[in-house]
Amino acid sequence: MASMLLNTMRSGSVRPSRAVWLGTRSLSMTAQLQAQVQTKSKKTLARPGVKNIVLVEGVRTPFLLSGTTYADLMPHDLARAALQGLLHKTGLPKDAVDYIIYGTVIQEVKTSNVAREAALGAGFSDKIPAHTVTMACISSNQAMTSAVGLIAAGQCDSVVAGGVEFMSDVPIRHSRKMRKTMLSLNRAKTLGQRLSLIGSIRLAHLSPELPAVAEFSTAETMGHSADRLAAAFGVSRMEQDEFAVRSHTLAKQAQDAGLLQDVISFKVPGRDIVSKDNGIRPSTMEQMGKLKPAFIKPHGTVTAANSSFLTDGASAALIMSEEKALAMGYKPKAYLRDFVYVSQDPKDQLLLGPTYGTPKVLERAGLTMSDIDVFEFHEAFAGQIMANMKALDSDWFGQTYLGRKSKVGAPPMEKFNLWGGSLSLGHPFGATGCRLVTTVAHRLQKEGGQYGLVAACAAGGQGHAMVIEAYPQ
Amino acid sequence: MAVLRAAGVFSKFATSKCPSFSGHASRSLSLSSSLAARTHVSYELKDDVAVIRLNDPTAKVNTLTWQLQSELMAVMEEIWANGAVKSAVLISRKPGNFLAGADIKIIQSANSSEEAAGFSHEVQKKLEKFEKSPIPIVAAIHGFCLGGGLELAIACQYRIATKSKNTFLGTPEVKLGLLPGLGGTQRLPKLVGLPEALDMMLTGRNISADRAKEMGLVHLLVDPLGPGTKPAEERTIEYLEEVAVGVAKGIANKQVPLTKEKSLMQKLQDTVMGLGQVRKMIYKTASEKVQKQTKGLYPAPVKIIESVKTGLEHGTEAGYLAESENFGKLAMTSEANALIGLYHGQVTCKKNHFGTPKKDVKRLAILGAGLMGAGIAQVSVHKGLTAILKDTTEESISRGHEQVYKSLNTKVKKRALTSFERDVTMSNLSVQLDYSGFQSADIVIEAVSEDINIKHKVLKEVEAVISPHCIFASNTSTLPIKDIAAASKRPEKVIGMHYFSPVDKMPLLEIITTDETSKDTLASAVSVGLKQGKVIIVVRDSPGFYANRCIFQTMAEAIILLQEGAEPKKLDSLMTSFGYPIGPVSLSDEVGLDIAAHVAENLTKAFGVEGGHSAHTILSDLSERGFKGRKSGKGIYLYEDGTKDRSVNPEAEEILKKYNVAAPPAVSSDSDRQYRVVSRFVNEAVLCLQEGILRNPVEGDIGAVFGCGFPPFHGGRSHT
Repeated sequence: MASMLLNTMRSGSVRPSRAVWLGTRSLSMTAQLQAQVQTKSKKTLARPGVKNIVLVEGVRTPFLLSGTTYADLMPHDLARAALQGLLHKTGLPKDAVDYIIYGTVIQEVKTSNVAREAALGAGFSDKIPAHTVTMACISSNQAMTSAVGLIAAGQCDSVVAGGVEFMSDVPIRHSRKMRKTMLSLNRAKTLGQRLSLIGSIRLAHLSPELPAVAEFSTAETMGHSADRLAAAFGVSRMEQDEFAVRSHTLAKQAQDAGLLQDVISFKVPGRDIVSKDNGIRPSTMEQMGKLKPAFIKPHGTVTAANSSFLTDGASAALIMSEEKALAMGYKPKAYLRDFVYVSQDPKDQLLLGPTYGTPKVLERAGLTMSDIDVFEFHEAFAGQIMANMKALDSDWFGQTYLGRKSKVGAPPMEKFNLWGGSLSLGHPFGATGCRLVTTVAHRLQKEGGQYGLVAACAAGGQGHAMVIEAYPQ
Repeated sequence: MAVLRAAGVFSKFATSKCPSFSGHASRSLSLSSSLAARTHVSYELKDDVAVIRLNDPTAKVNTLTWQLQSELMAVMEEIWANGAVKSAVLISRKPGNFLAGADIKIIQSANSSEEAAGFSHEVQKKLEKFEKSPIPIVAAIHGFCLGGGLELAIACQYRIATKSKNTFLGTPEVKLGLLPGLGGTQRLPKLVGLPEALDMMLTGRNISADRAKEMGLVHLLVDPLGPGTKPAEERTIEYLEEVAVGVAKGIANKQVPLTKEKSLMQKLQDTVMGLGQVRKMIYKTASEKVQKQTKGLYPAPVKIIESVKTGLEHGTEAGYLAESENFGKLAMTSEANALIGLYHGQVTCKKNHFGTPKKDVKRLAILGAGLMGAGIAQVSVHKGLTAILKDTTEESISRGHEQVYKSLNTKVKKRALTSFERDVTMSNLSVQLDYSGFQSADIVIEAVSEDINIKHKVLKEVEAVISPHCIFASNTSTLPIKDIAAASKRPEKVIGMHYFSPVDKMPLLEIITTDETSKDTLASAVSVGLKQGKVIIVVRDSPGFYANRCIFQTMAEAIILLQEGAEPKKLDSLMTSFGYPIGPVSLSDEVGLDIAAHVAENLTKAFGVEGGHSAHTILSDLSERGFKGRKSGKGIYLYEDGTKDRSVNPEAEEILKKYNVAAPPAVSSDSDRQYRVVSRFVNEAVLCLQEGILRNPVEGDIGAVFGCGFPPFHGGRSHT
């Protein structure tokens, strides 16, 4: 779960010089990529006897700052919008999938199996079973890999996987004592019993319980942990602010250039049509520098502006066996290849999932860092990304914690999160995983690379990484 | 009580080196000589901040040795003379400690109270320079900062501490019979207020970083970091330094205020404390409390209050003088001498003198889930060992599980543990009715009934399932280990581990070896005890071993005194006023008269009866009538729920009357009676030493104080 930060004002626009600089950077990159394709460790990750599983399509609702246009909806409404968007974009018959899986983190108690409610509401056949998974910020990654598992095991041919998060409304509970009294009241038989129960209520019992913003095992908030992590790796405030500005700048460019094809338009009941993410706000380093640390005061480095913000949004992806996709006349976007889940110390390495996942999945796939053309890492905090970069680039860390002879090596920035990331596009916890995978597929198509890598961290000290291979165009 | 370091004073050895020079001359002399090779204190400039690093290369912890002091002062003079330096940071390069105080041995080397007072006075002067420093000095604290270390830190202008679990601040001098003699009694009350300062100095307790922040003892906390591109501890110290340098710059630029805007509550408190009458009340309350708790047996707390009072009521100068004079006086007391001896003894008894065990002991299995068994399980899992707790009935294992859970949960309520840590700790405990899992145990500790047949039965059962390397330890309190080992196929693997009840509170572990016990078995048992956080004495097998043998003699004398017509209550108060934490009559009731009778029976057989009826006869008589002590509601006293005032059980008195003997007039005064009880103990301890049951006098001291409640201020003598 990412920063439980309230959105802060981020205004200002891209400085032209910066945009030009970035532009030239991406140009030179393309040339570089072309050269690299020739020297891949493997031409393809297809293995004899192993089913090819493909991403047919991936969509998402615009990601909005919580408390904005989506404020009056419910989580399944957002998920429904994503599912309908997927149906619309693929022309998929409403009974043509075998299974639906959704990921979510903060559950609305009325729709705890939000996958089922959303599927019914989106008009999918009521004969299609649906379940909901939760694994913090990698919940929709888990939904997707569950789908991959079902297809690989021959149980299904076609699965819809997605994720949803709705932070505009979260379950706020009565205190435990109050709940106990209320439940006892239900069982009280006589008026006397009821009155004595009511009489036992104290003012303190009325104070509500907000959803935990902290790691349950350590009671530490994620922002606090991110600040400590950044400090542990010696990531400066400047580096974090620069990375955050980069994310917003690149996101703005991508949005303006129409690269974010996964975003569908969504007519919100009683409101206008929403068709753009609303959290992208490139600002200057001066503006970034003005913010005070949000968690560790006064000497911390993580601020509201270099953290991801609370977001509402949903995503959906259609995953099929290659055979089935081709039989249904689809042109797949990418192959979903090897993936790993990792987990580590939830206190001091809470957000290092990408560092643990990246070398592991590369090894599994038989690839090296230089084989990867497109990197999409989940940006929970700028400090978390920079810490992961430094961990990957450290011999000591590689030897001490990854059991390697030397460092893994950090992903080159010219291949990294080029269309923005969670810091700028937004981070609806349960929905981000699908966005990452879909973005890799789209970037591979656009940039002409062969392999892409998704990596993400998650609460509980967990992480995920997946290799995605371009579908021959 | 891991580290008790006293207030820092430098050794007389150092001063006597240059006796003919004046203070100033000797300082500049040592400065020039130490310039060539500065080994304990170094500094570097980070912009306009001088970062001073303490690191005693000859020890694990930094202490205010003469060498460190003189280098520190030399460095400070250089820094103060350098106009380009605008602020300073004082930090330790040791991973687990800032400054632990002074080496106690230095205090012990003073020959007169004037000499000791002189040391205190001179270091006071040095710390005054820190207080009056022209540039702000930030003390950056990671790990423990105790005694003289704390006094140095509070002489600085600003304090930053890491929130590490190992960061502690405190003034433990009182535990050594001393007082904070480097200005601590003067600065602390001004910093944290009179009540808090007295509490800190009179209890000597360790203050966590969080608490220190709340009290105003430190200004800022820094979170400990995890590993980055270097180990966690190393990076945490670096980070602490980075933050401290930033703060130091801020103070120099007037961006960071040295004093916080006081809250209304604090202003109110200050006003109240400003009233002489109120302070008088506080001194009075503190003195009364001290008197009640120490029964006037410990001089240090009184002197602490006196020094604080002098400073607050008659000005700083008088305060510092009172502090150093009182320090000098205390340093020469037999109490300080004994307590310091105990401290050294305790350090010795927290080491494994028998080598590294061939196989690291990680898995315990405990037989018997009673108070003792569950207590042993608790201290084991709490320290990261895994334990199986086995008993024969569901009720008993359920009760044992609950005992462990409750004690951990109490720690959660006191915030010493998170609920998560409690759960993880509990996951290392398995309660069960069968022997499954015993095959992977490294040690089995039995805490079953004190019946040799039962012991033999479980020993045989256990030996049928355990692996060859596994040790069998008995937690018997009186049965000879060699008798238990007689049923063993491998007597070299049998050893005694005598814990004291309640296991989680009593620090002592008495380990008993037979002639056949192998050295590796002993080394393993000691390593287990150390992991459990115990202070360990190793004794030779014999009836009652050491602790119970001596306690038995004390009890036997107490019973004779009761026979002679001593009032139980009077006898108890005589002994508590001698310095025992609990009187012998109450102790018998707490232990259980039936158990005491059982012990007495075994030991009477071994040692015979001294005078009149044996203690065994009387104790059995009492317990057979159902007077088994607190657990049965009636012992020699009556125990009623809800009342703390206990009255003497008239029926027990009746029984005692049956055994009445005439009190010999020559040895029946109060003081005679005290010494009759105490000397039985001491005589027996000396016999144990003579018979080779004790390995050395130090362990005798430690066993007496930590296992038998022998008065600590008398207790550390044999070592000094």
